[in-house]
Amino acid sequence: MIIHQLSIFLENKSGRLTEVLEVLGEENIRITALSVADTTEFGLLRLIVSDPEKAREILKKQNFTVNLTEVISVMAPNEAKYYAKILKILSDLDISVEYTYAFSVGAKSIIILRCSNTEDAIKALKSHEMELMKASDLYKI
Amino acid sequence: MEIWNRHFECMDRKGIKNVQSERLRETVEKVYFNVPYYRNRMQEAGLGPESIQTIDDIAKLPFTTKRDLRDNYPFGLFAVPMSEIVRVHASSGTTGKPTVVGYTRNDISTWSEVMARTLTSAGATRNDFIQVAYGYGLFTGGLGLHYGGEKIGASVIPISGGNTQRQIQLMHDFGSTVLACTPSYALFLAEAIQESGIKRDELKLRVGVFGAEPWTENMRREIEDKLSIKAIDIYGLSEVIGPGVASECPVQEGLHINEDHFYPEIIDPETLHVLPEGSTGELVFTTLTKEGLPLIRYRTRDLTKLTYDKCKCSRTMVRMEKCLGRSDDMLIIRGVNLFPSQVESVLLEMSEIKPHYLLIVDRVNNLDTLELKVEVDEAFFQDKISQLEMLRQKLQNNLENALGLGIKVTLVEPKIIERSEGKSKHVIDKRKF
Repeated sequence: MIIHQLSIFLENKSGRLTEVLEVLGEENIRITALSVADTTEFGLLRLIVSDPEKAREILKKQNFTVNLTEVISVMAPNEAKYYAKILKILSDLDISVEYTYAFSVGAKSIIILRCSNTEDAIKALKSHEMELMKASDLYKI
Repeated sequence: MEIWNRHFECMDRKGIKNVQSERLRETVEKVYFNVPYYRNRMQEAGLGPESIQTIDDIAKLPFTTKRDLRDNYPFGLFAVPMSEIVRVHASSGTTGKPTVVGYTRNDISTWSEVMARTLTSAGATRNDFIQVAYGYGLFTGGLGLHYGGEKIGASVIPISGGNTQRQIQLMHDFGSTVLACTPSYALFLAEAIQESGIKRDELKLRVGVFGAEPWTENMRREIEDKLSIKAIDIYGLSEVIGPGVASECPVQEGLHINEDHFYPEIIDPETLHVLPEGSTGELVFTTLTKEGLPLIRYRTRDLTKLTYDKCKCSRTMVRMEKCLGRSDDMLIIRGVNLFPSQVESVLLEMSEIKPHYLLIVDRVNNLDTLELKVEVDEAFFQDKISQLEMLRQKLQNNLENALGLGIKVTLVEPKIIERSEGKSKHVIDKRKF
């Protein structure tokens, strides 16, 4: 249930994102989801890819600062109320969501969540019969 | 042209030499018997107090460096008991430890005397209002100008540095005629005055006394043009006494060194040999009258040259050229001394940061800016913006505390900072001197 997301430190310089994607593209790494968080001076690129370990090695060799971060993923109908429900389950248990992003596949949303406590979050969502995605399934998309 | 102390400032060369010889003998005796460090150094060199008879014997004596001051931190080189010390000042050092200087009552009086000469030679009199916008405190700038101003009987405004709006208001309301600050702050102030809408003829400012950082002839012209004043260059360093070591006269062909108190030599920083008159080299000072912290052949690291020709102003005191370079890696940022090694020691204390860094010094709107680019350690890197921001802020705070300077910290990707064989290049100084 734990998904390994790539987190990459990037300076806010034009062309840096392109370089990351080119490096991964050359090694046939597929990207399931991508999100960028930025400040005025630097950004964090977050990626769900087909082979996180391999992608990390490739980027490391190219001198990127990269880490694997544990996140979870929930599939739900792509309506706001389901997203709200998921967040409420977590906040009711004082599990904070550090960040989240989502994308749609047909009528379904795939939601990525980074929580203060991953194990507790998984338990809580399972007990509310939420559909947690397996890492292997997510990487395949 | 007024001269504060015609007896010494216009003394013939032979007379100056006699004064220097006599005072050097006294100084050497003083340090030999009162400062173990100097006694040891002299004994190692096979010297006793009797080895030094005239000023020409000075070349026998060992040099003193900033490192020696640091190794004897804080008071190890003082030549009098602490009960005789009435004031201490300090400037930033290379490892976070400041360089401490101590003054006896007589030293304060000497300092006031040389600052009175400085201000008089800049054209200030008892009828002037002197706005002292140098920092007051451990830095010698503020209090040095202050005592000199009082000595000549001028009215001193001890406003200290910063707070530009208030500077302009008091300059206008009090009718300040003399401004004392760093040259870069003078330019900054000039532009702030223009923006404030105050007309030049509402101000009575006529002369500026500027120092504590390197500045060019171009900057001088810009200041003189923008503020419609005469800009006078002054030179000093806290180890020797503070401001008042040397200053320009209205002729502005070099800075007269108060050589009856501070004996200058020019040496080759590599071979340490004394260079002949007119050669450019490192300036070295021996204090001739100081009691609290006498210094023997102190290496300033400032590069300049000397001329003993008589000046048109009729002063005979030796002149040094405007200092523009250094023989070490010290930077002067807004009047504050900064060694790259100080930055490095802060970085080494923080495990989250690799000690790969690049300091970028620039001058924006006439004020020095300092930026540090530093690499995040991969082991620490996590994907939380807040954590990285906190790290950046912590580093910025640690640096500001250690350096006494505002600094902008930027986190960069690894291997961005160029590695080179041996010593890597850590500083880019974009300022043009």
